[in-house]
Amino acid sequence: MTIEELEQIAESVRLENDKYDFEVNVCMDLACASQGAGQLREALARAADASGKNVLIRRTGCMGPCSNGPMVRVDPEEIFYSHVNASNAEAIVNSLGGEPVSALQCDLNEHFDKQVRVVLENAGHIDPEKIDDYIARDGYKALLTALTEMTPNGVIHRITESGLRGRGGGGYPTGLKWGTVAKAGGDLKYVVCNGDEGDPGAFMDRSVMEGDPHRVIEGMAIAAYAVGASKGFIYVRAEYPVAVSRLTTALREARRRGLLGNSICNTPFNFDVEIRLGAGAFVCGEETALLASIEGRRGTPKPRPPYPAVSGLWGKPTLINNVETYANIAPIVRNGGRWFADMGSERSKGTKVFALTGKISNTGLVEVPMGIKLREIIDVIGGGVPDGHTFKAVQTGGPSGGCIPAEMLDLGVSYDALMAVGSIMGSGGMIVMDDTSCMVNVARFFVEFCMTESCGKCIPCRAGTAQMFTLLTRICEGKGTMEDLDQLVSLCETIKETSLCGLGMTSPNPVLSTLKYFKNEYIEHIVHKRCPAGVCNMEAPVEVVA
Amino acid sequence: MRKNGFARHALIETLHTVQSAFGCLDDDSIRFVARSLRVPLSQAYGVVTFYHYFSLKPPGKHTMTICAGTACYIKGSDKLLAAAQQKLHILPGQTTEDGQISLMTARCVGACSRAPVMLCDGEVAGETTGEHMLEQLERWAVE
Repeated sequence: MTIEELEQIAESVRLENDKYDFEVNVCMDLACASQGAGQLREALARAADASGKNVLIRRTGCMGPCSNGPMVRVDPEEIFYSHVNASNAEAIVNSLGGEPVSALQCDLNEHFDKQVRVVLENAGHIDPEKIDDYIARDGYKALLTALTEMTPNGVIHRITESGLRGRGGGGYPTGLKWGTVAKAGGDLKYVVCNGDEGDPGAFMDRSVMEGDPHRVIEGMAIAAYAVGASKGFIYVRAEYPVAVSRLTTALREARRRGLLGNSICNTPFNFDVEIRLGAGAFVCGEETALLASIEGRRGTPKPRPPYPAVSGLWGKPTLINNVETYANIAPIVRNGGRWFADMGSERSKGTKVFALTGKISNTGLVEVPMGIKLREIIDVIGGGVPDGHTFKAVQTGGPSGGCIPAEMLDLGVSYDALMAVGSIMGSGGMIVMDDTSCMVNVARFFVEFCMTESCGKCIPCRAGTAQMFTLLTRICEGKGTMEDLDQLVSLCETIKETSLCGLGMTSPNPVLSTLKYFKNEYIEHIVHKRCPAGVCNMEAPVEVVA
Repeated sequence: MRKNGFARHALIETLHTVQSAFGCLDDDSIRFVARSLRVPLSQAYGVVTFYHYFSLKPPGKHTMTICAGTACYIKGSDKLLAAAQQKLHILPGQTTEDGQISLMTARCVGACSRAPVMLCDGEVAGETTGEHMLEQLERWAVE
């Protein structure tokens, strides 16, 4: 495969698409599929056949505004239809070339205007199981350009210049990490993609893997070239069966096209990727635990150093990046580091995908430039809190993150700004809570999560989270005292300082941030035995019928 | 196992395959996998018990999984779960006495935008209501 061949494929796809007068794109992502997008697509195909019009019905990945699903977009006019079901298929096909179906049409200009799409640029435009669709949108061009025109150092330099930071949550500069692995000795190195999206409430990695799997593979191949690796692993949660099957198809197609395997693009570069399945353990998102899991062992973290960049998989230097990080690589190589660095804020460059969920009108995936105000994401893109309730807090970073109150909504989103207010960027879950959520209860929920997910290797995390849970449960049941609160704070500090891995160190975050911004709720629970949101049952603890 | 070249590091893959074929991992199958891949039985058992996804008990005829992710929790999945427990008289992770229905919780299935989510035999159903779920359970109780 050479660049010329790539362009030929792209050209033939364009010619093929030009044969059709209309394109009807049906979102087949999990959220839409669970509401009958499958039947809808079949109905559309039948209606198109019957009408005799020249229509291409395409299945695509997530378009973004999941709360409007199932979604359909008609090109070239870019008309969005929301809440479409199979019975509307005929009306949509009949409207092609004429007036759009106004009853189904939805206005998403406000929703899309503020967004900048880099990672999600192909989402909703390509069929994830067709490699040619991806190639037609400049896919694999970056890989072949890198292989034929750039040195490995040149690639690393470009990534460093872009200022890209790890999108898995830590925010470690990607260029620096690649440089370390490249410098590490030894001829056997590994590239690993962390697709263990354990953070409940975040699903951007799933969407990328399902909607645009080749983008991840291309990013990994470029990384492998840059650091000198020839073998890659994608670690995916077993809870994402669709992602696994899409990636398997994508790998097979890429091998068939000669974009994976030996002597890619007639260069000495060899690279292939294997898929590894997780089995439901949150801690496996931690890099050393993930490596243990790939090796077929229990996913328990190891103390660092040595970092995986020096001694990782089977003791070899290993590069680990998140799905979204790899998804950013191809556009950076294609457009240059400066282009990427021009987006975003001072120390956080580029864009970030957030999964907007909870009590908000437009749930779904959004991609925004770094530095955008939280208020813009929630009120403009998200459409605000529905049903006349008032906004109370937004939770970022999953169980390791914190809750940000209403008065801090003018905060610009970046790694450092979120850290400064006691939360973290995390993988990008953003859960909006309104006045019906009790913050003490929410903190208890997260601590319970960390307690059950703790691998049990180090004591602060294993015993500490259990003690935090006991204290919070007492407060929720109205049996807490002010001493409990002091004890809780000191316990949080201890766990934070002494835990082995990220899971333990960040597990007190939900408690600390709610204590900081919503202390009055804790005090209400303790002193007045009252839950302001009416969530906690103070009189009789909920009995479980066994 | 042959697909992965009997590699020891493919233990988790192999266990996945066994569980999807037989529904659960019983003593015999864990022993067999450990012997075939030449890994210590302790390691195989350790892996099975460490990961939530593996189950040592056979599941019921139908499985109701309720997502307990954050987005679902905020939208009231705890009430769904409590209602299901009341109805079936079992705890999450257990199966009814007649072997008809298993009740499970999931960490997050990634359909957070349609919270709260339940999985009926693996099929995702979004924006679930209590009535909807109870209806499904009643249908299953006789099927």
